[in-house]
Amino acid sequence: MASAAESIIEIEDLDFSRGPRQIFKNLNINIRRGEVTAVMGPSGTGKTTLLRLITRQLVPDAGTIRVDGVDISTLNQAELYKLRRRFGMLFQNGALLTDLNVFENVAFPLREHTRLSTRLIRHVVLTKLHAVGLRGAADMMPSELSGGMARRVALARAMVMDPDILIYDEPFVGLDPISMGVIVRLVRQMNDALGISSILVSHDVQEISTVSDRSYLISDGKVAASGSPDELNRASSELVRQFMHGMADGPVAFHYNAPNYAEQLLGRDTE
Amino acid sequence: MRQTRTVELGTGLFALLGIGALFFLVTQTTGGDDFNASEVYEVEARFQNVGSLKARAPVAMAGVTIGRVTNIEFDPIMLDAVVTMVIDEAYDQIPEDSDASILTAGLLGSQYIGLQAGGSDIYLEEGSEILFTQSAIVLENLIGKFLVNAGGSDSED
Amino acid sequence: MLRDLYITLRYFVTTFGAMTIFLFELLRHTPRVFFKRFNLVVGQVYNAGALSLVIIMVSGLFVGGVLGLQGYDNLQRFNAEDAVGTFAGFALVKELGPVITALLFAGRAGTALASEIGLMKATDQLSAMEMMAVNPVTRVVVPRFIGGVIAMPLLAGVFSAVGLLGAHLVGVTLLQVDVGAFWQQMQQTLEVKDVVEGIFKSFVFGMIASLMAVWEGYNAIPTAEGVGRATTRTVVITAIAVLISDFMITAAFLKG
Repeated sequence: MASAAESIIEIEDLDFSRGPRQIFKNLNINIRRGEVTAVMGPSGTGKTTLLRLITRQLVPDAGTIRVDGVDISTLNQAELYKLRRRFGMLFQNGALLTDLNVFENVAFPLREHTRLSTRLIRHVVLTKLHAVGLRGAADMMPSELSGGMARRVALARAMVMDPDILIYDEPFVGLDPISMGVIVRLVRQMNDALGISSILVSHDVQEISTVSDRSYLISDGKVAASGSPDELNRASSELVRQFMHGMADGPVAFHYNAPNYAEQLLGRDTE
Repeated sequence: MRQTRTVELGTGLFALLGIGALFFLVTQTTGGDDFNASEVYEVEARFQNVGSLKARAPVAMAGVTIGRVTNIEFDPIMLDAVVTMVIDEAYDQIPEDSDASILTAGLLGSQYIGLQAGGSDIYLEEGSEILFTQSAIVLENLIGKFLVNAGGSDSED
Repeated sequence: MLRDLYITLRYFVTTFGAMTIFLFELLRHTPRVFFKRFNLVVGQVYNAGALSLVIIMVSGLFVGGVLGLQGYDNLQRFNAEDAVGTFAGFALVKELGPVITALLFAGRAGTALASEIGLMKATDQLSAMEMMAVNPVTRVVVPRFIGGVIAMPLLAGVFSAVGLLGAHLVGVTLLQVDVGAFWQQMQQTLEVKDVVEGIFKSFVFGMIASLMAVWEGYNAIPTAEGVGRATTRTVVITAIAVLISDFMITAAFLKG
């Protein structure tokens, strides 16, 4: 186990189930300080759930999650909100507030949590918008933005409070190749230039290989494999190979559980 | 900023309109007696039956409202109703022997007190009692009488 | 059979309890939100109130007109067409004003509130606020609730006033009822108490309609289908709750 100085988030023996469905069982993950860590897995493995657990929007059934060595289950509401200010989170579709324009969206956390002057807020917001290349879009409404632009605005908003940890939930989904390239570049840039740690949940193997320092592949509620992109690519496990190379059939079967095909067609099903 | 202006203007108009409407309802649809004299004198009248006369009902003479009923009480000794009313000080020459009857405005309208002038030289004043009164006409009694009469004439035939 | 009944009953009681707790949660935040986030409240008064004005005024005018026609037609059989003002005034101020306004409000503003909050949930905006350490209840839900509660009595007042105008147009202008009789009879019969009853009703309906709308939106299943269903339920539940509480309030005022 890595020491606390080295890892910023430690997840230990995590169990979580939603209704009768067990989503995580004995999950162990270490997020290291200053690195981009990717969490991958087939659809429906609860990657987004994991992010919600880390920020305690959900509470685990068992196991501990430590941020900077502090068990987050012991925090009260005020401490939790204080902790959350150290996180910046980028939601799947940006989750910009639809009734505010781009500028106000980025300024939102500042207005809520600080007493900065209007001038200073303007300065900070424009700086962050400039960093994602959208200073010119400050007056637009979220409905006028393309998917890629919305995500960049959301990134500016996630960074505006200068977080220690940036969390990306499926940042590449549904983007054209150019927008995707822009986001990939921004993820890396933010991480290195600002010295923050990034967690990235995705199943876009290609992009993750170029951007992440370390990846975890989750399957059946457990870590199936972990390591650098190269290590995962060379891994021998059937499942890892299927996922990394996008093969239709393998340990994750092409067919969803079904009764015997021949029997069902011949009408001898057991309903 | 223009967006904010629209919201403020709209909200302002809406609030003014709403408050204005409520004010209109409170002042214009209720408490409607055109009687609001400040100088009044009080008189009493006894009725066998006040029907559905209520406090605040108008007191009218020749169709003009000159006062208002302030109180209606049952007198347990005399077994009748004591109606207290106030009359505008301006009308201080109403003969003492005027008679008061309880009338109905229209068939379904509310009831009021109508004064019919008498011939006396002595006028009503604070604390007077109107002696000649006629009770409210109760529809059921009227119908009852009519039926009895009709029945009576039938049997005579 | 009996078991189904039990489950339904339990579900009903549970939901009712959850709503009550939610209402208290909203009320607990109300004073602070009202003073600290006044501009948000103003925006919601605009959304719920000012934007509903047209539908309220048009409906009020025609409902008043119908009251004038029906009142005249029925009252003239008793030679009492002068009482048409009283008839319309009573109906509008005590019943139709508050109730129809609440139903229209549910259709116009309630659905807008429910779908707006539901969509904010479906597009992760509420989660994003949570993550930015902003409580979505105080930022999103409470201002909308307060806005609705403030707007409703004002809308009901406008409805009744415009309704009386409609009754006046039909009764006095069209059917030649004496204008003095129209208003004076109304004024002699209606009391301030009656107007207060109407305002009290619309205040309660404002609480109900706003609560249902924000509740359905906030608890919507965060998908397109879920938001659509929440919107429909808002109208249905609001209508039922308003009519039931209208009966109870009317009964209470008759006793008092």
